Amino acid sequence: MGNGTHLGKVRGLGSSGHGSQHWLQQRLTALGNLLLVGFLFVSFLRLPMTDHGAVLRWASNPSVALALILMVVSVFWHLRLGLTVLIEDYVNGEATRLLALVLLNFYAIGGAAYGIFAIVRIALAPATGLAPGGM
Amino acid sequence: MAGNEPSARPRSPHMQVYKWGPHMAVSILHRVSGDGLAIVGAGMFLWWLGALAAGPDAYAAFVACVWHDPSPEISALHQVTNILGKVVLIGLTWAFFQHLFSGLRHFVLDTGAGYELKTNKLWSTLVMVGAVLATAATWLYIFKEALNG
Repeated sequence: MGNGTHLGKVRGLGSSGHGSQHWLQQRLTALGNLLLVGFLFVSFLRLPMTDHGAVLRWASNPSVALALILMVVSVFWHLRLGLTVLIEDYVNGEATRLLALVLLNFYAIGGAAYGIFAIVRIALAPATGLAPGGM
Repeated sequence: MAGNEPSARPRSPHMQVYKWGPHMAVSILHRVSGDGLAIVGAGMFLWWLGALAAGPDAYAAFVACVWHDPSPEISALHQVTNILGKVVLIGLTWAFFQHLFSGLRHFVLDTGAGYELKTNKLWSTLVMVGAVLATAATWLYIFKEALNG
């Protein structure tokens, strides 16, 4: 924490208290999003989106499933960083802010887990007729 | 640091005092589009993915709600959600391009380039115009494909 000078108190910490880590992770996941969401966007335009069988065949391809899982990780990591800043900027009051950050983490981690689980189910589901239901 | 610094420092003027420029607009739009994608976009994606994993019936229900209900007598609810779904998807497309182009601008700014007033203004304007044009092009393509079957 430095020796009490103004510079020493802030060096390496920044306003959030943990330095450049947040900034760097935001950039790294942004790069991931650029590639992976770009891939998803182009795929959406090329696929017959209302045809369940066709979309399922696309998503169950191992390379596509892997890209989708990586995309979910990158996107939910990135959105957690972005929404954290939003909460830090606009939600006032220690307790309310903590609650908002807890809810955000539930959403980000829960959402990513739901997404990855759905992709794994699609990729590992036995071929037609045996696909499990109810998600 | 907070609380013990000299208090006679000049304070930032309040929001309304600023004259709005493209660089301010693009900055707040980056946050708006990002948070929109984070909440609405990611939510829609998970809904779609969950329906895809759950099987043909669940997927058909998703499509009937968000995009197009193929049944001859469409419920009033689906008449509304079929329109609302397209509005939300067009909005998400714009947010995607706005956040993408604005993010690329931030990568350039991170290198220390593009801070001169004229350059900054130019690229901010191009980001916003580009996002609208890309959204329009995408949806013209989608509706053209839909019309051609």
